[in-house]
Amino acid sequence: MNETSLAIRKFSDLANPTRFLALAARVLPWLAVLTVVCFAIGLWLSFTTEGDYQQGETVRIMYVHVPSAWLSMMCYTVMAISALGTLVWRHPLADVSAKAAAPIGASFTFLALVTGSLWGKPMWGTWWVWDARLTSVFVLFLMYLGVIALNRAMEDPARSARVSAVLVLVGFVNIPIIKFSVDWWNTLHQPASVFRLDGPTIDPEFLWPLMAMAIAFTLLFFSLHVAAMRNEIWRRRVTSLRRQAARNAGRETLAP
Amino acid sequence: MMSHAAYVLASYAVAVATVAGLVLWVVVDGRSRQRELKALEAAGIRRRSAEAPAGESK
Repeated sequence: MNETSLAIRKFSDLANPTRFLALAARVLPWLAVLTVVCFAIGLWLSFTTEGDYQQGETVRIMYVHVPSAWLSMMCYTVMAISALGTLVWRHPLADVSAKAAAPIGASFTFLALVTGSLWGKPMWGTWWVWDARLTSVFVLFLMYLGVIALNRAMEDPARSARVSAVLVLVGFVNIPIIKFSVDWWNTLHQPASVFRLDGPTIDPEFLWPLMAMAIAFTLLFFSLHVAAMRNEIWRRRVTSLRRQAARNAGRETLAP
Repeated sequence: MMSHAAYVLASYAVAVATVAGLVLWVVVDGRSRQRELKALEAAGIRRRSAEAPAGESK
């Protein structure tokens, strides 16, 4: 391996935090611009397309609700893969990735729950029911909060990494439950209408804004995730530098 | 009962507030960490890998 070059040629090169920081600095401005452009297109489509003949204007809530719900599951999947990276491959950035993703995932899950509630009141006549889909997503939200709390409870990232990786992997069992809850049980929440084996069953009038917003939200997630990982690397550097400074200071005062 | 438009508006307001909060948190966190790193560097504390190979030892 070339020690002086910061170019990333293999995926394993990303294991070097300095290389990751260089890549993040190069990629982030593009990701941010792309996210803003996609949101502009998505929001424009969301408000210029027709309302539904039954749902009326409230169908526009779906353009925020569905992408948030997708992201809440994708983010947890990213965390589960990172947890595997921590436990199996001991990838130095895997733990940084999982830790950075948790607050982002919690925010999107919160958004999915609140927008779902705001759609449920006018359409179902209730803010909330304890059906399998809603309950399992609520459990996902609690899982995120648990992971965040655990990460913050331990000062040493090396020690919290393995414990929270185990928690994330155990919680991953919830993801297929969320996905298939609408098929396995009789839920008030409707079954999937976009990602189906027989193709989407929703009208293109709604599919296009939904897709545009889904792409925009996904790009937003990756921009935030890369930026949050970069912040976490910086945070760890500050901690280790302060520790190093404290050690040096101790040595100087002890020296005769 | 609220009109449908009010529910739509409330949903987008919550979404904008949540996303803005997230973006703000990431940006502010990044800036303050960078400020801390600069302050440490100004104080002469560097990472061992970034230190000059010879001399500079105290």
